[in-house]
Amino acid sequence: MQTIKFKNKPYLSNGYSIVGPLEGKGPLKDYFDYILKDDTLKEKTFEKSERKLLQDIIVGAIDKAGLRTGDIDFFFGGDLLNQIVSSSYTARELELPFIGLYSACATMAEALALAGIFVDNGLAKNVVAGTCTHFSSAERQYRFPLELGNQRPPTAQWTITGGGASIVSNTPSNVRLVAATFGRVTDFGVSDVNNMGAAMAPAACDTIIEHLKNMGRSPRDYDMIATGDLGKLGSEILIDLMEHEKIVLGKNYCDCGCMIYDKTERVFMGGSGAGCSASVFNGYILSKLKKGEFKRVLLVSTGALMSTTTSQQGDTIPGIAHAVEFEYVDKSTAKKEGKDD
Amino acid sequence: MDKEKRNVNYNIYVESKIPKTKAWPSLFKAFLVGGIICAIGQGFFDLYSHFFPNLAESEVTSCMLMSIIFLTCFFTGIGIYDVVGAWGGAGSVIPITGFSNSISSPAIEFKKEGIIYGICVKMFTIAGPVIVCGVVGSIICGFIGLFI
Repeated sequence: MQTIKFKNKPYLSNGYSIVGPLEGKGPLKDYFDYILKDDTLKEKTFEKSERKLLQDIIVGAIDKAGLRTGDIDFFFGGDLLNQIVSSSYTARELELPFIGLYSACATMAEALALAGIFVDNGLAKNVVAGTCTHFSSAERQYRFPLELGNQRPPTAQWTITGGGASIVSNTPSNVRLVAATFGRVTDFGVSDVNNMGAAMAPAACDTIIEHLKNMGRSPRDYDMIATGDLGKLGSEILIDLMEHEKIVLGKNYCDCGCMIYDKTERVFMGGSGAGCSASVFNGYILSKLKKGEFKRVLLVSTGALMSTTTSQQGDTIPGIAHAVEFEYVDKSTAKKEGKDD
Repeated sequence: MDKEKRNVNYNIYVESKIPKTKAWPSLFKAFLVGGIICAIGQGFFDLYSHFFPNLAESEVTSCMLMSIIFLTCFFTGIGIYDVVGAWGGAGSVIPITGFSNSISSPAIEFKKEGIIYGICVKMFTIAGPVIVCGVVGSIICGFIGLFI
């Protein structure tokens, strides 16, 4: 079965998020832990900035949970740069045992799912899962030089600067991981790299249906179903695809890429990047979960698994989506259960 | 194949969902930006012909081109030209300023990878194809012209 149900329900003790100046002007600005004033982070290159950003996020998450780096058993992480350098270099600086992941923009959910499995099975006590992206380093790698005066098509998305990390732990807290579904790689033949939402929507559809089926739930059982970075067009396509499968996504469905930016910003279809679902989840969704305003949430991070080379050679874009389900637990029950252990 | 049919149908569906770029506003913006750039070029031309009456027309043209190429590089460097380009579209791409921007922007961008592997290698990533196609095209046209 694609869905793994956690028997001991590992806890998500804390999350930490940092975003760039543009994202910090958006509607979720009050939920992020830190908003950068300078997106270079005083580094000489944007690759170094991204590395520093991830390092700050991981350290921030560990600090916020009241832990030290020595308490962390594993660091699950990945990013969009070639050879996931930002994550590996962060792991080098922090001297953490590192499990490097790549699912493009679906990395956050993949990291959370694996962290959950490790803690659930008693393989680790505290695990950090995190990822980030930087607009400028992503532009450098995937698209054109920053100063080139070109126009983007209306379907383009804006890679966010920012990211987030979560601490998954066996110490009781009021948010738990319930189950995780690893997605199938799905390709519906979209080859336009400026239309990633359309390329990833079928993967999100497949994973959500699989998760709901295996958990015996309907979309109404969730306070929020959040996809990673389908953008405006992608989420409309997802709603249509789900309807085709006779599942109606209601008002509780939203997309992190659509939520992060203000409508007035020139970001076309919305935000994208591994850091998109990472920052929105660890900033907005987690704080709502911790307060009990959301009781049950499904995070479905979505990723497009192409490279610049495969795109240039005319290959279509395979999409992937991983889902992780979280639930709010009352603090008193959480403590009691903790004592029972 | 079933999958192929599904993909074709999906792509048709996606195509129907894509918001279309509005042609008239884009054309107007391109006309405005392109027109202003050309007017600036003409301004330089008139200025040089006025102050240096001894220069031949082709020499004045060269001076004018050098001036606007320099200005584009300057405005690319201080981060203004990309804003103009994102708004004006083809209006800023078609004149020689677009060509200048397409060479100076990667040069700035890849400076961090060093002079040889950064600037020299990457400088023509965008303008390179234009140069190659231009040269090949002119050779072909030259041959055709020879026999007509």
